[in-house]
Amino acid sequence: MASVSDAELKKMTQDERAKALGMTTEQLTGKSLYVEFDPDAEERFTYPWAPDVDFNKRTEFDCDGKTTTEVNSQIRELMREGYGTIVLKNPRGMHSLGVGILSRLNLIIEGSTGYFTVGLIDGPNVRITGRVGWSCGENMMSGTIMIEKNAGSTFGAAIRGGDLVCRGSVGSRTGIDQKGGTIIVGGDTGALSGFMMQRGRMVVCGNAGKNLGDSMYDGTIFVGGEIKSLGVDAVEAELTDLDKKWLTRKLTQYGLMPDKGVDHFTKVVAGKQLWNYDNLEPSEKKLIL
Amino acid sequence: MCGIAGLIHRGKSSSVGSEMTAMLQALKHRGPDSTGYAVYGEPTEGELIMRLKVAEAEDMDRGRGIHKVIEDRIEEVERILEEHGAKIKSKEAPREYSLRYVITHPDDTGEMAAHMEETEGVEILSMGNGLELIKDLGDAKVVSEAYGLNDFQGTHGIGHTRMATESDVDIKSAHPYWAFPYNDVSVVHNGQITNYWIMRREMERKGHRFMSNCDSELLAVYTAHNLANGISLEESLRKSIDEIDGVFTYLVATKDQLGMAKDTMAAKPLVLYESDDLIAMASEEVAIRAILPQEIDTYDPYDEEVRVWQA
Repeated sequence: MASVSDAELKKMTQDERAKALGMTTEQLTGKSLYVEFDPDAEERFTYPWAPDVDFNKRTEFDCDGKTTTEVNSQIRELMREGYGTIVLKNPRGMHSLGVGILSRLNLIIEGSTGYFTVGLIDGPNVRITGRVGWSCGENMMSGTIMIEKNAGSTFGAAIRGGDLVCRGSVGSRTGIDQKGGTIIVGGDTGALSGFMMQRGRMVVCGNAGKNLGDSMYDGTIFVGGEIKSLGVDAVEAELTDLDKKWLTRKLTQYGLMPDKGVDHFTKVVAGKQLWNYDNLEPSEKKLIL
Repeated sequence: MCGIAGLIHRGKSSSVGSEMTAMLQALKHRGPDSTGYAVYGEPTEGELIMRLKVAEAEDMDRGRGIHKVIEDRIEEVERILEEHGAKIKSKEAPREYSLRYVITHPDDTGEMAAHMEETEGVEILSMGNGLELIKDLGDAKVVSEAYGLNDFQGTHGIGHTRMATESDVDIKSAHPYWAFPYNDVSVVHNGQITNYWIMRREMERKGHRFMSNCDSELLAVYTAHNLANGISLEESLRKSIDEIDGVFTYLVATKDQLGMAKDTMAAKPLVLYESDDLIAMASEEVAIRAILPQEIDTYDPYDEEVRVWQA
């Protein structure tokens, strides 16, 4: 993406500015504002203090015998030295690996990790060749996370942006409190996925467990397989051409496009019948009642 | 929080003691208060292995008088064994308050166990042909060294690292729990049982005894009750999901089986690894990686999932 000056940005409308910054917005339902990460816009997802890394400068680091703090400190040290591609070896289920990385980086984790893997990140592209434990990518702001095997529960809890992708199956409560971004699951997901979802999109290529989308405020869930049951106030909605186009693009991008296409996907949204959609103040209610 | 772990070798014995120690030590951060093992060796036909404690670890700080009290309790235990027709074939005391007996079969195991526990401070931790249940304060390394568990050979086992929440930091509240008086059955649990008192009173009305106020003991008593009534382990695990309220994941081991159950909310973790000759499970992947460092495939069982494996 060509760089845009601040002066030019100021002259733009909100929509033009969002696109120029690598974001797209679209109206899904009455109250939705969907912000989608554009991987080509990586230079916009950096902080002023972020190390200037070179993606072609690659190094490997063995986690064997190290504590989480030692590994995470080492990642930061290597980034300060300009390494833009870091490979972690032998993680063997370690918790909290790669949390809080707020700048560009290619992080490759060869093996399986424990809880809170790459949580709170804003910008890096992460690939994990094994499985991840609970709460992978929790609160991520932007970037991409690709997991080759399965994931534990609360996968992508409260994520705000970026693409979080698991090729295998994930545990329960996937995308609980999701506030943006995209979660893609190649296999199945467990109970209460999308619980209290607020924005963003979730795609489950396989089956979904019971109470899908329970108490969701907003956002969209797409399921390719069976849904055991919908949660409170979650309803099925029509799969539009825009949805199909988006699903096709995203699933193709991550090599998860089903042979039979995307027409069979079920779309689930908020019914918006819960008490919190009543916009009247208590004093206003008194006047009416 | 608590950590649970289990493993079962299909059709062969292995170093279950050291494997379980490695798994539980990796889970130490989930519960450093106490550590417990229920490991299963080759069944000893015609003999019973009995593990018991005659005092709590904290009692040992109560001055010199406690040594005489312990001596008297052990004397009483051995008198009761004789009274019920059991002969002592060997006796070990890994700690002054903790004993291991190999005995010949008594006339009635349940009656003898109940009689023995009438003695103040005495609690039978386990009885069985293959089961050895060890639990004490401290982490896995401490308990393993004190009880010589690293040399233990067997087919399967379950273990627990406890973070005390519902009851005291003591041995009687530590896991695993033996399914009294049902030989060779043990339970470890991670979670909270919210209808504990209702279920406990129901079990007490049916004649079952409770030694602690720990909600996890209910699962052992409940399992024992079901097994004694001809219900299979798998059926018992399934029934528990309907009848027991709360958030829980628990493991049950018998002489030749290992089972797991996860509640309807799937709120408590379990990671599972299965191969042709070994099944390993734990609250966290890091425990499985402690014995299987190579790249393997693992997954989280879903809500209401029940599994049983044969040794």
